[in-house]
Amino acid sequence: MKLISEKGVQRILMLTAFSAISALLLIALFILSEGLPFIFKYGLKDFLFSSEWQPNLGKFGIFAMIVASLWVTFGAMIVGAPLGVACAFFLSEYVPRYIMRIIKPTIELLAAIPSVVYGFIGVMVLAPIIRDNFGGPGLSLLSASIILGIMILPTIISISIDSILAVPQSYREGSLALGATIWQTITMVTIKASKSGIIASIILGLGRAIGETMAVIMVAGNSVNIPHSALDSVRTLTANIALEMSYATGLHRQALFATGVVLFVVIIILNSIASVAIRKRMVKK
Amino acid sequence: MRIHPRYIQRGAVAILGSATLLTILILIFIIFFVLEKGLPVISLHFLTDNPEDMGKAGGIFPTLIGTILLPLLALIIASPLGIFTSVYLSEFTKENNVTKIIRFGTDCLAGIPSIIFGLFGYIFFVVTLGFGWSILSGGLTLAVMVLPTIIRTSEEAIRAVPKSYREVSFSLGASRWQTVKKVILPNALPGIVTGVMLSIGRSIGETAAVIFTAGSSLRIPTSVFDSTRTMAVHFYILAREGISAENAYGTAATLIIAVLLVNLSAYWLMNRFIAKRN
Amino acid sequence: MNSKFQIQNLNFYFNSEKVLKEINLEIPANKILGIIGPSGSGKTTFLRSLNRMNDFEITSRIEGKILLDGKDIYNSDFDVVALRKKVGMVFAMPVALPMSIYENVVYGPKLDGINDKNKLSELVEKSLSAAYLWDEVKDRLKTSGMRLSGGQQQRLCLARVLAMEPDVILLDEPCSGLDPISTAKIEDALAQLKKEYTIILVTNNTKQAARVADNTAFFLMGEMIEVGVTKQIFTSPQKSETNDYITGRFG
Repeated sequence: MKLISEKGVQRILMLTAFSAISALLLIALFILSEGLPFIFKYGLKDFLFSSEWQPNLGKFGIFAMIVASLWVTFGAMIVGAPLGVACAFFLSEYVPRYIMRIIKPTIELLAAIPSVVYGFIGVMVLAPIIRDNFGGPGLSLLSASIILGIMILPTIISISIDSILAVPQSYREGSLALGATIWQTITMVTIKASKSGIIASIILGLGRAIGETMAVIMVAGNSVNIPHSALDSVRTLTANIALEMSYATGLHRQALFATGVVLFVVIIILNSIASVAIRKRMVKK
Repeated sequence: MRIHPRYIQRGAVAILGSATLLTILILIFIIFFVLEKGLPVISLHFLTDNPEDMGKAGGIFPTLIGTILLPLLALIIASPLGIFTSVYLSEFTKENNVTKIIRFGTDCLAGIPSIIFGLFGYIFFVVTLGFGWSILSGGLTLAVMVLPTIIRTSEEAIRAVPKSYREVSFSLGASRWQTVKKVILPNALPGIVTGVMLSIGRSIGETAAVIFTAGSSLRIPTSVFDSTRTMAVHFYILAREGISAENAYGTAATLIIAVLLVNLSAYWLMNRFIAKRN
Repeated sequence: MNSKFQIQNLNFYFNSEKVLKEINLEIPANKILGIIGPSGSGKTTFLRSLNRMNDFEITSRIEGKILLDGKDIYNSDFDVVALRKKVGMVFAMPVALPMSIYENVVYGPKLDGINDKNKLSELVEKSLSAAYLWDEVKDRLKTSGMRLSGGQQQRLCLARVLAMEPDVILLDEPCSGLDPISTAKIEDALAQLKKEYTIILVTNNTKQAARVADNTAFFLMGEMIEVGVTKQIFTSPQKSETNDYITGRFG
């Protein structure tokens, strides 16, 4: 008894295989069709390079938010990348494998904690510490950077460990046999061989940091201005969308979608770079 | 003066080791902090009572319902799509430009921030298709969001099934689909389930994509076209609008326990899978 | 003498490398054909082209004809699935599918739509007996096939093929990883089976070919150097390469 022929099955499977790419195209289509007309109407230059965001006055410049997003992401990198890469090397080169196999999934659990919880910890714990010790409102560029830095740790650690472990053991043994210390082996051999994977992990972390919304809303303070110090309150692109989306209408709403367009383009570019880096690693293997 | 490599080595161990320690301490701190403040709030009443006064008092029962329904709907939609996609990619086609495009699309989709999913879900499901703020809109949006995770983990699990099983099955006169059904899927199942569990974890904790598509109604939904509020959204609203720190902690603790349970069972399954294979 | 397979001007390519060159061979029914030759001589590729298992190698290409009972198996309207049911194969590595012994044996028949419990049990006993395995496993048919020893697994693979009731059995170095006792059992089984089946046995072990094969073909570097009655190949080969190989001068 055969309900569907082999060819039929193949066709159905092929159709489903296009689900992901069609979803991506649909997302692009709808975000662009809502956002692009606004950009044309308002002018790309005014939209991107003006800092005046006053929806009630019809002013929609997102420059301050672009700067804030970049700073927050940069700050998250400063916190997360060195810590994450150090962690990855320590776990894969210095720690016995069976311990690494326990710690790695534990760290990956960090990724499963909802972002709102991170934001909440930022508000309840981090922001008061910053306010009391360094001044300022506490909810700031600094606290957003630290919270995001922590949030991207699992991404960086997990992918970095995978790419470090992919370096053939014979490379290490070759180096160690010549009298190098583990550290010398790391700096001279392992880093070179796992470089593209580590870079990919950092870029993916970067993507996550730029795209993170809820945690940032809770800890960054959300005032629209170009920050002059790390203790200033800032509003990122993502926060801008989420904060105003619930009540925006008309031109205002289109401006928020246009903000989404900017975000979308940045993320696609970052992902393309990361996927090229990861492919390169796979080809090498 | 040249420092002896042994001292550099010791310094490196110290620095890398403390970085690792710090990371682990942060994780432990986050979990313990939330549980310490939140566990005392959790009780049977907290879980089964309706919220009162916008959540200032009472329990979180409707948000539990929302938290179960949305990921469930997302998985009912995304699992077959994702698993079939991975079966197609690994069993029914050769590597070519089409598969490259599908893979690139999957990678891109995986990297899109949840707020973009929220925007898309709002304009497409809520407005254009007219589903309104509803379980349906939210579930569909989450489905699109977790699809790449399911595709990737399923494909890895399928590729891990030994090639010799396929050869044997084909040599015994099985068609590709029969081989997939009888040999490949049963053997890849634990890995596939792991991916599905991770997706549940992500859906449970998601806020940005849900708040604009499922809304935040505190009523108990009666159909898929009703709006609902998940625990994550409830927690966000309680914490951000300063409605009740106590109930926020309680909700956060419930949320973390739920997510940890789901993820731990995913890891447990994965380890059993690996142990069985070796 | 009626032939089961007729191979005409067979060439086989991986990428652009020619791994089989101008093979012409008639394979008689109800006999055991042994194929010997050093590794890399194309024996396995040849064997796998007989049930189209090479189809899965993306970059492969084939020229010439392989006729099974007079029909070209590479013809576009030839049913590959039916071919594999008619031409069973036992691989070099014993692979028990991760299911019970019973399920392993009935895998093929069930695909064929046979679901009758009695018929299946009958098939299981018959096939396992013919593979000289029945007495060892009859009390534990429900245990996993993967718990059997290598030699038992290989006989399970043979039983699994027999359960499909094929015409031809292809064996690709079936004893390469097995101990002498298991090897002897498989050879005994083959000697019995040739009454009903055409058997093609690729082996690295020339003595095995001498023991069980009726006819023997010698392959070297993608060419079939010589084929003939086993006794004649081993006692008075026509070609010097054959003589060099069977006397152990290379390979």
